[in-house]
Amino acid sequence: MRIKLKIWRQKDAVSKGSFATYELDNISPEMSFLEMLDALNKSLVEKSLEPVAFDHDCREGICGSCGMYINGYPHGPVKGLTTCHLSMRYFKDGETIVIEPWRAKAFPVIKDLIVDRSAFDKIMIAGGFISVSAGAAPEANSVNVRKKNSDAAFDSSICIGCGACVASCKNASAMLFISAKISQYSLMPQGRPEAKERVMSMVSEMDKQGFGNCSNTGACESQCPKQIKLVNIARLNREYFKAF
Amino acid sequence: MNKVLYSSISKKFVMALAGSFLLLFLPVHLGINLLLLREDPAPFNQAAHFMATFPLVKIVEIVLLAAIAVHIIWGIILQIQNWMSRPVRYNVRNRSETSAFSKFAFWTGGTILIFLVIHFFNFYFIKLGLVEGNADNFYSVAHQLFRIKGYLILYLVCFFLLGIHLYHAFQSACQTLGLNHRIWTPVVKLFSLIYALLIPSGFAYIALSICFFN
Repeated sequence: MRIKLKIWRQKDAVSKGSFATYELDNISPEMSFLEMLDALNKSLVEKSLEPVAFDHDCREGICGSCGMYINGYPHGPVKGLTTCHLSMRYFKDGETIVIEPWRAKAFPVIKDLIVDRSAFDKIMIAGGFISVSAGAAPEANSVNVRKKNSDAAFDSSICIGCGACVASCKNASAMLFISAKISQYSLMPQGRPEAKERVMSMVSEMDKQGFGNCSNTGACESQCPKQIKLVNIARLNREYFKAF
Repeated sequence: MNKVLYSSISKKFVMALAGSFLLLFLPVHLGINLLLLREDPAPFNQAAHFMATFPLVKIVEIVLLAAIAVHIIWGIILQIQNWMSRPVRYNVRNRSETSAFSKFAFWTGGTILIFLVIHFFNFYFIKLGLVEGNADNFYSVAHQLFRIKGYLILYLVCFFLLGIHLYHAFQSACQTLGLNHRIWTPVVKLFSLIYALLIPSGFAYIALSICFFN
């Protein structure tokens, strides 16, 4: 495959960035998107040029590091995939691919495609935990949980905190992320004692970090690589009202 | 406590409640407007007079005006915050799958606000005595207005946009109020669609009937 890349280059957090254009030959359709970027960086280093900085870690779709905005889609045009799982076979030969960093006030660009997502960490520090000492795993039947609840808690717990919800939302809202975390704890009996304090603290921190407000457009749900559902946002709202 | 009252979720909660109250008012308004289709102006004028003078209606009117004000003010504040949350825009337009009805709710709402101001000048401010006009015969005022082609077009465009706004409104309010259910949410969506088609169509039918067939 032969592709043309338009990539956002920005020296550091304070410098003004711009797009740089690169052309790549011999890209295999079996390559992952990140492998393609590795190939680009290899060619840049060979020419003594600065490689493109991008976040990545596990390359297995579970760490949430590799977020980037590809051709107008967070994580690219394929639903339910992180950028590391995105394969080059989803692009056409000769296609121009535009790659931008996540854009949100709460996610400032550090360099090139890397953004500072510590706003999510701050929200988690505010209340995204169970503070009691849980001890060893209890006997399975000693704490009864409805199957429906445990399934829903599990489905929301698979949120990897990549920020695609913020990146896709026209308001840069973090409601889907927070709602997944709130659901994960509030649906399980261990999370109930601190449910009120948790939801109040996390929402307050979300507002403080400068995320936008949810306007129920559903872009977050459609772009979430882990397919977290909007029903979690309704649950977050319910938990918030119950906390009054 | 202030933090809680002015949090993003609280603001949306208040907006949803105010919007839901406005949803209740529209069928009442449509019901009264249907009297415009009668040849006799008396029933409509009596209904208008009743709405202007009955004490209980006056109380509801204050709540209604407050709901309109809260819905608009919170809507503007939330929208400004939303714009501020992404100071640098994307170079490529966001192509994420999204509901256009929700996406453009602020703009459809803005157009409805412009119409509301015109509507207030034509009727409500006359009733309050703030603007000169014939407060005893709103029937003839309405009939005259609907015969002006420019006004009729503006009226139809605004009610088309109101339909789009309403389709978003009810289901969005339910989601904001925490009501999302595997079985009931599709029913809410269906109800939103029926309401969004029926109410604006009713208003448009009255205007068109008066302009072309009366």
